Amino acid sequence: MSFDESHGSPRRPSMRTPLGRVRNLGAAHSGTSDFWRQRITGVAMTLLMIPALVIIMMLLGRNQVYAAQTLSSIPVAVILLLFIFASAWHMKIGMQVVIEDYVHNEKLKLTAIMLNNFFSVAVALASTYAILKLSSGV
Amino acid sequence: MVEFALPKNSKITGGKTWPKPAGATEVREFKVYRWNPDDGKNPSVDTYYVDTNDCGPMVLDGLIWIKNHIDPSLTFRRSCREGVCGSCAMNIDGQNTLACTKSMHDVKDGAVKINPLPHQPVVKDLVPDLTNFYAQYASVEPWLKTTSPTPQKEWRQSHEDREKLDGLYECILCACCSTSCPSYWWNSERYLGPAALLQANRWVSDSRDEATGERLDNLEDPFRLYRCHTIMNCAKACPKGLNPAEAIAELKLKMVERQI
Repeated sequence: MSFDESHGSPRRPSMRTPLGRVRNLGAAHSGTSDFWRQRITGVAMTLLMIPALVIIMMLLGRNQVYAAQTLSSIPVAVILLLFIFASAWHMKIGMQVVIEDYVHNEKLKLTAIMLNNFFSVAVALASTYAILKLSSGV
Repeated sequence: MVEFALPKNSKITGGKTWPKPAGATEVREFKVYRWNPDDGKNPSVDTYYVDTNDCGPMVLDGLIWIKNHIDPSLTFRRSCREGVCGSCAMNIDGQNTLACTKSMHDVKDGAVKINPLPHQPVVKDLVPDLTNFYAQYASVEPWLKTTSPTPQKEWRQSHEDREKLDGLYECILCACCSTSCPSYWWNSERYLGPAALLQANRWVSDSRDEATGERLDNLEDPFRLYRCHTIMNCAKACPKGLNPAEAIAELKLKMVERQI
């Protein structure tokens, strides 16, 4: 008799065959999209990193009027928005991978993944709102 | 959560130091993991001294010498003693490898430290329980799958297509790679691991196989395939010089290729 350790359930005797346990619920037929998006956002962040840093350096120590003036330029606002979008998406996928790696309790894992989604969307929306507000000069 | 510490009954306690062989002029110290499921004790590390003038140069020679001359209860798997069967895979001096192809002279500092393959249940001493590992290999259905009528003579393959199997078919399923992979340590019940995925790619890459899409369907899963984070321990550990990480990257590439 062997032990079924799958999916965070407590160790209990299992009479399933080893192959049955490996096949379990079958393949999810997903994962490639996240894998590919992680690469796309990674490349996008690499390309956007330098212009985004230059813009942030330009804003350091300046007042809100200067910031609003700088962000009123469409290319500047678009670069920052793209950077926020790519990094929030990358952060969401990356954190989900970490959670899936290390959190084995199913309920805790689902909760953590849900909170990770909420946090990433909140960060992205708050940042987007701030950029749009400044760039529209409100 | 993942367990980062050993369970209480797996913590290693002190071990027995066996006397040096009488009359030996050159000895090599071996520190070997011991655990007996029948005595109820925690694992220990026993110290042995091998007469290097009386045995072959490989670590497996040393273990066989210990079993024959000092302690017949020492338990380990071995068969071909030439790196073909994969039976004597174990962790030697911190690295998963085959005891039969690892020279004890290559272990530079002090004793030759031997442990079973990491993060697998231990059957006894250096023998790990690889039931799950073999079931994962079976799950990739490692045989030719076709629907076309079987040819009279043989399934033909060009030289170029045959070359695509190089670096894949040589795997001996010793489990050195999978048991060196942290992703496999944390999620071995759902992640197939480097060895099974290298074997999966061997069949996905076979020009004669007609089930490539089904094979990829069966692998497309956040855990089965995408737990590989390119840590590369597998390529470092493989005693046959193969690169399972590259095989997994090829699988991921094929997954993307069929989507875009």
